[in-house]
Amino acid sequence: MAALSDITSPPRDPLSRARSLHWLLALLLVLACLASLQVGATRVSLLQALSDLARTGTLAQLDRVVLLDIRLPRLAMGLLVGAALAVSGALMQGLFRNPLADPGIVGVGAGAGLGAILAIVLGGLLPASLLALTGNQLVPFAAFLGGWGATLLLYRVSTRQGRTSVATMLLAGIALGALAGALSGILVYIADDQQLRDLTFWGLGSLAGASWAKVLTAGPMILLAIGAALCLGRGLNGLALGEATAAHIGIDVQRMKSIAILAVAAATGAAVAVSGGIGFIGIVVPHLLRLASGPDHRTLLLNAALLGATLLILADVIARVVIAPAELPIGIVTAVLGAPVFLWILLRRRGLVDL
Amino acid sequence: MSPRLPRRGTLAALAAALLSLGLPAFAEERPEADVLSIGGPVTEIVAALGQQHRLKARDTTSLYPPEVQNLPDVGYLRALSPEGVLSVDPGLILAEEGAGPPEALDVIRAADLNLVEVPDALSTEGILRRIAVIGAALGVPEAAHALATQVGEERAGATAHATRPTAEKKRVLFILSTQGGRINAAGRGTAAQAIIDLAGGVNVLADFQGYRQITDEAVARAAPDVILMMDRGGDHGPDDAALFSMPAIGLTPAGRDRAVVRMDGLLLLGFGPRMAQAVMALNRALYPAEG
Repeated sequence: MAALSDITSPPRDPLSRARSLHWLLALLLVLACLASLQVGATRVSLLQALSDLARTGTLAQLDRVVLLDIRLPRLAMGLLVGAALAVSGALMQGLFRNPLADPGIVGVGAGAGLGAILAIVLGGLLPASLLALTGNQLVPFAAFLGGWGATLLLYRVSTRQGRTSVATMLLAGIALGALAGALSGILVYIADDQQLRDLTFWGLGSLAGASWAKVLTAGPMILLAIGAALCLGRGLNGLALGEATAAHIGIDVQRMKSIAILAVAAATGAAVAVSGGIGFIGIVVPHLLRLASGPDHRTLLLNAALLGATLLILADVIARVVIAPAELPIGIVTAVLGAPVFLWILLRRRGLVDL
Repeated sequence: MSPRLPRRGTLAALAAALLSLGLPAFAEERPEADVLSIGGPVTEIVAALGQQHRLKARDTTSLYPPEVQNLPDVGYLRALSPEGVLSVDPGLILAEEGAGPPEALDVIRAADLNLVEVPDALSTEGILRRIAVIGAALGVPEAAHALATQVGEERAGATAHATRPTAEKKRVLFILSTQGGRINAAGRGTAAQAIIDLAGGVNVLADFQGYRQITDEAVARAAPDVILMMDRGGDHGPDDAALFSMPAIGLTPAGRDRAVVRMDGLLLLGFGPRMAQAVMALNRALYPAEG
């Protein structure tokens, strides 16, 4: 009797431990959101503004601009982008059964980078009417088209007779990445120095350009993709046993692959388009969670969304406070803080990184 | 209990005293400081108009006059953060053309801040236009007019002094960097070519646009008489020995004569109010014998 309750008691069961992790991570996310609204280069404070609002019924002009037009869209974008990158990473690692997989593997990064470079370097050559139509959104728009297009091309190349070969996709992705890199190289060569500066800053990623327009464009796509991804948990668990076994236990492997790849292309494409290249979140967040609560995708995907959003929001707070009134590109913060922590965990629990 | 209280009280009193010492002193020193200046040449013009005391903050490229480096820095002019700009609470923002990103400027405009964009300049007319825009924004049109007249006259004097027959002009190669042994040089449409022309030289690489990495053979074929570089201080650029030991440069007349001119980058390429000074300095460096 005692032995039985020992086995079924919550702390020993990885699944329920992962479920209780949901609550902890959600709490952390709420705290991160509050910190993100509270802290910034100006002295505007969320608590102060709320108490003013309660007292006088109106917000001061500065408070309104900083809270509603700067910090809030930035928070929303950090939330969406962080969740998108972490969930995409977890999906890719599950789909490719490879701990090194990240969204870059399906060509999203290379394609989006090429799109952004095209827009930055050659955008000036477009007809004025088209430029007026896209306004400031030309680069994000081109980045999204590039990322989405690259993924669809790769998917097409590696699907034959209705069956997608994951191995072909991996190799074709490397070839496509090299090609996109070479094309980007040509464009970098003809770019002038202002365009080169823009390219560098784009590559480091930032949430500084956050606006409600961007949140409203990228948001629905990212939310839809994450929603689709969360339904794939059981299928990915089956896939961990191998494609043949997964098919034998009744999983429609091909359908799952297409959903996963399209979800990653949509989520990462939209995220990269609005925030530039932000590394580290997609590969490290899922591994941290596997170390904490096991590889069960039914809980891993949701936890990844929560932790990815929390980490990106906190990194953004650091990026904008540490050298205020200037700010660091967020890609620098995620890498500088994240990489050593990840290494330390790996060294401490060597051999435990497993899918 | 009792022995600790007075000590805490003393500390608080000390802190209050420090604060009361520090704050009014700061406020008295800079009562009308409310201008955020973005762009090195823009800041230079503000200072040349005698309005340096009104500067409250600057961007990373604003380095002259040296005292402005003590002001808060809101970041690189093409990667501004809206909240960083708001946090210095500027009454007026003077931003060089090309400041951004555009989304940041949109938010700043939406916040009802007074933002004035200063046009780009690669010529005397451009500088005069900049001075006029900045003078109007700062409410000192007379000073702007005086400065514009002065800059125009100085420039006319400097270029008159620098003008010479094409056959006698020295052929100049502007090298931006020699990273990894590869030479990055200025072509046409660059600030470097503009200042070389004004100072009575010829840019040897006028057959391409902008700054490019060029091959060793192209350097040898261009056969410059003088190498022009930015003096960045410290050990950023190659020293003379390293420069002339590069095979491409060793083959040129400049390499043979060991002729290299180094000038402060902001002075040389900034096209601010010190342009005439830059023209004169470069001209003297190119033609030292004529004094």
